[in-house]
Amino acid sequence: MRAALPDARGRFGPFGGRYVPETLLSALAALDEAYTRLSQDASFRSELDALLRDYAGRPTPLYLARRLSEQLGARVYLKREDLLHTGAHKINNALGQVLLARRMGKRRVIAETGAGQHGVATATAAAMLGLPCDVYMGREDVERQALNVYRMELLGARVIPVDAGSRTLKDAINEALRDWVTNVRDTFYVIGSVVGPHPYPRIVRDFQAVIGWEARAQVLEREGRLPDAVVACVGGGSNAMGLFAAFLDDSGVRLVGVEAAGRGLHTGQHAASLTAGSPGVLHGAYTYLLQDEAGQVLGTHSVSAGLDYPAVGPEHAYLKETGRAEYVAVTDREALEAFHLLARLEGILPALEPAHALAYLPVLATRLGPGAVVVVGLSGRGDKDVDTVRRQEVLG
Amino acid sequence: MTRLESLFRRVRSRGRAALMPFLEAGDPDFEVLERMVPALVEVGAEALELGVPFSDPVADGPVLQRAAQRALHRGVRLRDVLEFVRGLRGHTDVPVALLSYANPLVRYGWEAFCRDAAAAGVDAVIPADVPADEGEALASAARRWGLHTVFLVAPTSTDRRVRLAASLSTGFLYCVSLTGTTGPRDQLSPEAVQLLRRVRQLTELPAVLGFGIASPEHARAVAQEADGVIVGSALYRVLETAEDPVRAAVDFLRPFSQALGGP
Repeated sequence: MRAALPDARGRFGPFGGRYVPETLLSALAALDEAYTRLSQDASFRSELDALLRDYAGRPTPLYLARRLSEQLGARVYLKREDLLHTGAHKINNALGQVLLARRMGKRRVIAETGAGQHGVATATAAAMLGLPCDVYMGREDVERQALNVYRMELLGARVIPVDAGSRTLKDAINEALRDWVTNVRDTFYVIGSVVGPHPYPRIVRDFQAVIGWEARAQVLEREGRLPDAVVACVGGGSNAMGLFAAFLDDSGVRLVGVEAAGRGLHTGQHAASLTAGSPGVLHGAYTYLLQDEAGQVLGTHSVSAGLDYPAVGPEHAYLKETGRAEYVAVTDREALEAFHLLARLEGILPALEPAHALAYLPVLATRLGPGAVVVVGLSGRGDKDVDTVRRQEVLG
Repeated sequence: MTRLESLFRRVRSRGRAALMPFLEAGDPDFEVLERMVPALVEVGAEALELGVPFSDPVADGPVLQRAAQRALHRGVRLRDVLEFVRGLRGHTDVPVALLSYANPLVRYGWEAFCRDAAAAGVDAVIPADVPADEGEALASAARRWGLHTVFLVAPTSTDRRVRLAASLSTGFLYCVSLTGTTGPRDQLSPEAVQLLRRVRQLTELPAVLGFGIASPEHARAVAQEADGVIVGSALYRVLETAEDPVRAAVDFLRPFSQALGGP
């Protein structure tokens, strides 16, 4: 058994911590205290469980993808988070945190979003629980994910475009942190991934761990054994961490995280912080990130807005360092091919984020040998990406 | 006694506060800053806060975000900032406190940074996003190389947290006047004086107030409670459009120095 992580200081080994302006420290302590208390509270658990079941649509199916399996020579199961309300795993965490915000008596929630999925999930939870919601989104993402912007507005949220820096997810988080520094007394910051200062990486992992625990029980029931590998895409890493969480102590199960290699790792235009980055501090945590030799954070590229982020959750950094999980990267082109493959073989349009995980399956299946059992986190559906895919095809 | 210690001893004995302008290293460019520093000392600046530009400055409002972006576009990195301070030491003794976000320091290495900063003539380091809870490694390296460490306290800091920050700080304590990011404000934050009084009761360290100080009236209003006053964003709002930045900085800061009664 591994000891419960993070430790009291919010560390996963050397990674994690609380590198944020002093103004936020008391709020983080209050959040830690409230979360620790409520996570043991039966009425909180049952309220959240009921929402996950009746509102979000849990449990999600574990689907044996037969034609894909035949082609790969492995038994490939898809954990269907794409079937959840709002179309992605983000709702698991958004419901948990917005419920937490209400229990803590906060009067307003804010969130950052990249692809828009976390923004939509937070706007949804806030509408349902009756809290006003502001969502920060980089200007570039506002443009490439216009439909999600409109969805958030329909849900009553205000979307605030961010023009600073690279105008993507990284800068949306910066701006959300600035809002939180200013309005910390009455505002709850709903972080969308296993990133940020302690206790966020723990809270988001715990709320997403439902993916892994369901999948573990489902695959045991279907196969009578644990899988040989579980695979998920990693941007900030919340769906991967949620899936991995249930298998950490199953030493025979390989944990594989797939990052965005963008136009190729050699081009420098990618978002593969674990594969190609180095340790440093961003958004409150000591973790792997993409940076120059002087510690300035680099711009990133991925066809998938949800993976377009220069850092990664500190627990992933720890799993990499300890060797418990392995991290690889696939290119935009490989992810797009996997998108088409799943559409044609299984009748499922995956989001471009989990298309990265699917793209690694041929390599993984070969390494594992015939008959291997693999669980893939299908973290979201591809409706939001149809325009992007069409543009890519036109450009060739 | 260090330069900073003697500055605050002098200031306290006269019952006034020191004027401490904030300058972003590399904006304006170093050639201009090199002329600006002695001119500011001449007009009454008694210490400088020098910002190390960073790509993701979460504690800064738009004015200082833009200053950092301009400096980064000029290619300014931490090594250049240390080189600039080394150059300054040829002709001025004014205490220099480097304000930096964590990552440039982490990348450089806490130990190597403290060694090279002390050798360059830096007096103190102020880590913008390293609370005292995470500050032990920096503080112990700084002690070995004779560099002051200055942690921040804010209106939201509990008394326990103020004591914690004070326990790892030397030279002075940086008091954030408001709940928010840097940037000029029309009114002095009502939280500022409350925080300064609380800090007085909890520590002997000199208390320096920053964030939002935009007018000589703001400075005068806290001169009794603070040992030093930092003026940054308000200065940069002027510098952004100034044709002659050195003259503009001098003209802008002179009334602050008069309001603080020094030097």
